[in-house]
Amino acid sequence: MSERMASGRWVIFLSIFVALALAVWPLPDVMKAWWPSWLALVLIYWGMALPFRVNIGTFWIAGLLLDVLKGAVLGEHAVALTILAFATYRWHLQVRVFPIQQQMLAVGVLVALYQFILFWVRGISGASMPPLYHVGPVLTSALVWPWLFLLLRELRRRYRVS
Amino acid sequence: MAPLKSSSTNFSRGPSVTLKTVFFVVLSVIIMTADRQTGSLDAFRSGLALLVYPVRAAVDLPYTAWNWFAESLDSRGDLIEANRELRREQLELRGQLQRFAALEEENERLRALLESSRQLEAEVQVGELLRADLDPFRHRVTINLGTRDGIVDGEAIIDARGVVGQVTNAAPITADAILITDPSHATPVEINRNGLRTVALGTGSLDRLELPFLPNSADIREGDLLVTSGLGQRFPQGYPVAVVDTIQRDPGQAFAQITARPIAALDRLREVLIVATESPGDVDSNVTPESTDSDTAQPESEDGERRNATEADNE
Repeated sequence: MSERMASGRWVIFLSIFVALALAVWPLPDVMKAWWPSWLALVLIYWGMALPFRVNIGTFWIAGLLLDVLKGAVLGEHAVALTILAFATYRWHLQVRVFPIQQQMLAVGVLVALYQFILFWVRGISGASMPPLYHVGPVLTSALVWPWLFLLLRELRRRYRVS
Repeated sequence: MAPLKSSSTNFSRGPSVTLKTVFFVVLSVIIMTADRQTGSLDAFRSGLALLVYPVRAAVDLPYTAWNWFAESLDSRGDLIEANRELRREQLELRGQLQRFAALEEENERLRALLESSRQLEAEVQVGELLRADLDPFRHRVTINLGTRDGIVDGEAIIDARGVVGQVTNAAPITADAILITDPSHATPVEINRNGLRTVALGTGSLDRLELPFLPNSADIREGDLLVTSGLGQRFPQGYPVAVVDTIQRDPGQAFAQITARPIAALDRLREVLIVATESPGDVDSNVTPESTDSDTAQPESEDGERRNATEADNE
């Protein structure tokens, strides 16, 4: 059946959809600088778990959608996510077998890379934000990683996403 | 997906990943340049906006649901009270509007005598902001009307008190807008008291605009009302924008440092009015009948006549 064909790919779409929604979720001002980079985290997970299913193109398209949602210059998040994808694929074999604390560290480094490119691109396009808004998400992203990882792994196993 | 699988064997070895990365990075840079410099990707952006509409709707849903829930839980007494309050307010406003109508007639006559340009009657549509957090330092919002409802790029957005911003990209069912406080936005304004014209720049903070182009000798005082000047042909003339807050005149500087506070409640916007400007309106004349139906901001009775009168003047 088509269900077998799709092999649970809807789980990936759904998680990206939720990550996009979380990325533009209305927040009180104090939390804005500390909101994890949900889309980057979800994509890192899928990029590591199923690198053949979620490729660089997926990262790029998701980034473009986030650009439109955020009203940013088209391509801003897309370029950052592309480079994040590159780093993820370079590392995924090592990071996959890391214990969870080391994984948090690695994810922190990846998100830091993502945020740095965002910071840089925004600086060039004249829409820069205070650095705290790029540092905060790195810390919180690393902190939420274990829970997100367990949740997505559970979903992947239950629905046999492959 | 088949070719992907076959290439997956040499996946972690690099060249294909590196190549793809380079390809997408270059593509992103091209898109960014095109989007920023030329605006030639507006149609593409509109298409993507349509694609992400479900996300926007999902984010907005809890708020809509909560409002509905809260409304349906209001007691009958509260509703009657609110209704009474609104009726009283409407009566008051209608009273004021009568005087305004007479004044406007007189103004039109005098302008006709002077052979001066007339002020346009504006068409208004009521829209709602979709709840979403965009980048905190980029003051952009999304409204729930789009080209389907006759919204065109460049139309002005106001709320009950003053100017809010303008439409930057109208997609089929939503439209992106920029607030007057966005650092890249400039509003052409004039001082209501004496007609002195200048430009109010956004600062990136919701309660502050800057007026950097007025000389120290300019006749401007704290508390002066700034209204749109109509120059630049984006904002219709005469809508309140901001109140002058602080003025620092430093003799060593060529220009005074002036800040103003926007009048519109930019930090708690929900319902806004989209004002059709005359030039794009002509292009979309097929949708204006609809918009007059939903035109709740003006009383029906004398509205049509007045518009006809002004249009006749125009010919």
